[in-house]
Amino acid sequence: MPLLEVKDLSVRYDKAQILNGVSLAVGDGEFVGLVGPNGAGKSTLLRAISGLVRFEERMKRGTAGDIVLEGEVRFAGERIDALAAHEIRMRGLVHCPERRRPFRELTVLENLLAGAFLSTNRNETQRRLEHCFALFPRLSERKAQIAGTLSGGEQQMLATARALMFEAKLLVIDEPSLGLAPRIRQELFAAIRKIHDDGVPVLLVEQEVGQVFKMADRNYVLSQGRIMAEGTAKSLMADETLRAGYLGL
Amino acid sequence: MPQPFFRVERLTKRFGGLTAVNSVSFELKREQIVGLIGPNGAGKTTLLRLITKILRPDSGSIVFNGEDISALRPWEVVERGIAGTFQNTRPFRHLPIVANVMVPLVAPRARRSGEWVKRIEAKAMDALEFVGISDMALEPASALSQGDLKRLEVARAIATEPELLLLDEPLGGLNPAESELLAKSIRRLHKGGRFGRLHSEGPAVLMIEHKLKELMAIVDRVIVIDYGELIADGPPAEVVKNPKVIEAYLGSSHEALGGSEHAAA
Repeated sequence: MPLLEVKDLSVRYDKAQILNGVSLAVGDGEFVGLVGPNGAGKSTLLRAISGLVRFEERMKRGTAGDIVLEGEVRFAGERIDALAAHEIRMRGLVHCPERRRPFRELTVLENLLAGAFLSTNRNETQRRLEHCFALFPRLSERKAQIAGTLSGGEQQMLATARALMFEAKLLVIDEPSLGLAPRIRQELFAAIRKIHDDGVPVLLVEQEVGQVFKMADRNYVLSQGRIMAEGTAKSLMADETLRAGYLGL
Repeated sequence: MPQPFFRVERLTKRFGGLTAVNSVSFELKREQIVGLIGPNGAGKTTLLRLITKILRPDSGSIVFNGEDISALRPWEVVERGIAGTFQNTRPFRHLPIVANVMVPLVAPRARRSGEWVKRIEAKAMDALEFVGISDMALEPASALSQGDLKRLEVARAIATEPELLLLDEPLGGLNPAESELLAKSIRRLHKGGRFGRLHSEGPAVLMIEHKLKELMAIVDRVIVIDYGELIADGPPAEVVKNPKVIEAYLGSSHEALGGSEHAAA
């Protein structure tokens, strides 16, 4: 049984059908890429998995109309599609959303510790903190700085680091490279690869398709709310229509 | 001596103990399209926000078309013909997309000709058409993906028909093909011309962007800053070979310039 299994998932915001019968799986130890054109529904799919669509549905925020979510999401064998976002996080499914904003008034260090809010093991938290600072030395330099005054790229680093502050059984990352300078981007992807090598399965959404294809074992191509193809980088790149039409390469 | 089109002189901004922009000086010519690059936290966005007057400099001056604009308010800067986009997009989420573009069009600069009420919607539509999201014009802005929000930002800025266009990572969230398309549109706008009711006099462009392959393909010049200071300024081909730029920003320059995109698989 796969670690994460999405079956026939559909999401509708008012009249806009964002996801249309999406099925996808991430196995234990796997690194899975999710690519597709801008506006395909990639972020919505991740938000549906991590409970944020349900949250929005409850808060009636961000849209004037109804939000409808149908289908099944299973994590480690358990149905999670009706759970609240924090309950899903407690089960070890960590979502690092796109353009995630830090707590602007808190320092870098306080933001990171907030990521370990659920932890009861101080030694573990300390170890993870050091790990984050090793991955992002700039955050270490600026640990006492108020997060709201960080640059856009630094805020993205902080968001990514914060997701690693509490045990992750599956790391779901939405466009971590957004706003990052080339050199930092290379370091970030190396860090994600290392996290995976250390045994954490990863589901990665990223516009840098070439980068995803270098890292992922397997990929899904999403377009207009439907899965158009699934396979290794090699098999997807061999399909000329897919390459030009959906991958933008 | 002829006045430069645009000049910043010894511009400095501090946040508490951090000097975000440290005595930066440069000029822009009207016919230029210039990239502004540098590591995260180098001060690029702060520099743009000083020019658009979202932030006030601690010292230094900004001269545009012979006028010192250092003490103006943001809307006065727009009125002079400078428009910028924001890195973190904040549209009016509940308003239709087209209405988001109509808001800047209410500025006196944009409605200086008669019958503006009738015209601004058409003009807003043409700005959306230009960036490629006119088919979604009546949906609320909350329906837009990250990449389309960036396109909306560009539409809002170009709607005021600026003489100087400041872009803060306009290609974020777009895939390689979409990025290339928008970059080419920016280049076309810079060349000037009519795009429906939108008239472009060919603004100078100063553009922050980390997608170097797309950036380098459209700029004539690149300015690089690190820790708030200017470390390089020149044609793209020279700048990417500058050891200081490679050390501070590029890492392995091949990868940064997009070589990896096509090397995959």
